[in-house]
Amino acid sequence: MDAQSIIAKRIALELRTGMLVNLGIGIPTMVANYVPDNIKVFFQSENGLIGTGPIPEEGMAHPLLTDAGGQPVTALPGASTFDSAMSFGLIRGGHVDMTVLGALQIDGKGLLANWMIPGKMVPGMGGAMDLVSGAKRVVIAMQHTAKGKPKIVNKCTLPLTSIRPVDLVVTEMAVIAFPEGRATLMETGPGVSVEQIVAATEAKLVVPDKIPTMQL
Amino acid sequence: MIGGFMGVGTPERIIDELVRQGKRNLTVIANDTAVPGRGVGKLVDAGLVRKTIASHIGLNPETQRQMIEKKMEVDLIPQGTLIERIRAGGCGLGGVLTPTGVGTVVEEGKQKIEIDGKSYLLETALHADFALINAFLADYLGNLSYALTSRNFNPIIAMASDTTIVSAEHIVPVGLIAPDHVVTPAPLVDYIVANG
Repeated sequence: MDAQSIIAKRIALELRTGMLVNLGIGIPTMVANYVPDNIKVFFQSENGLIGTGPIPEEGMAHPLLTDAGGQPVTALPGASTFDSAMSFGLIRGGHVDMTVLGALQIDGKGLLANWMIPGKMVPGMGGAMDLVSGAKRVVIAMQHTAKGKPKIVNKCTLPLTSIRPVDLVVTEMAVIAFPEGRATLMETGPGVSVEQIVAATEAKLVVPDKIPTMQL
Repeated sequence: MIGGFMGVGTPERIIDELVRQGKRNLTVIANDTAVPGRGVGKLVDAGLVRKTIASHIGLNPETQRQMIEKKMEVDLIPQGTLIERIRAGGCGLGGVLTPTGVGTVVEEGKQKIEIDGKSYLLETALHADFALINAFLADYLGNLSYALTSRNFNPIIAMASDTTIVSAEHIVPVGLIAPDHVVTPAPLVDYIVANG
């Protein structure tokens, strides 16, 4: 399995029936491909849709039915549509049970930077700041390193998305949580050793005695 | 203010007319600037926009180019804050208090207010001379309903402008849109343009 599929599949195991879930663009979108058969969740697209379904078959796209990236989607039976104030009321108001987002950097306390690289990439924060501030649970889907450099760092050098720490980081190498504000290794990726994870992580990791491997 | 999310729900026909007339020095308040050749992107392509207030411009390289070359001023605002500032503007509120952006660069220059031990930013209301919106159905009085994800900013900006111009996919007789299905009530709409 490639890195992105490992990440998406592992995060899909966090889903519980009845959850309202918002997926960001990129690896987070792939989580929808791995929802376990016995789990039924509602996916939200922040442009105004609950009940987002798979990408339509060729020729079946509706021009007025898109996801937050502007790409054609479908609406499952039971879906609902609404305006942007309602959509962000859901997000900020704590009605979204879980959001899955990408990251540029995460620090040792779980603080996230994912919306700009000053002087290089200034796309705007879109809905990211509201999602991190308001969702009940924030899960990060990202590759462990970028061009060989750790993305889990002591302190974010890029502008923060929120002062609310994320709850879980899932990479192809590890699952990391932040109990008591400290990055803690919860699971190792398939075929990855604790030493390899520590070497690929700049932030200090709490390493418990027994660490299970991801059950994918 | 212009409705739409990545061009979905943007009144293309009104945008085309603005481009044809060369209406320049515009300040555009919209979720995004779509992509070149689509929606708000057409105004950017034509060099008509002096200032953009949006949540995301990442998929429009032309907006980024004009911003970097300082041909266009760009204010980037979290999407939930942007829509709520517009909603406030349309509802007679001076602004809103939001936790979004506290402790980030968004906080700079803003008043921070603590309520029950939690910090909020005071975000002021936004109002516009014109709202250019897209609806699926409009009746002859101006009652509007929307389709799928093309609703987005449209009903909110319809309230926050001096003059609201709607372009509709279908213009239908009064009474055809059931009262329960009207999203934007007729008195908010000043002009209707057919899309076809």
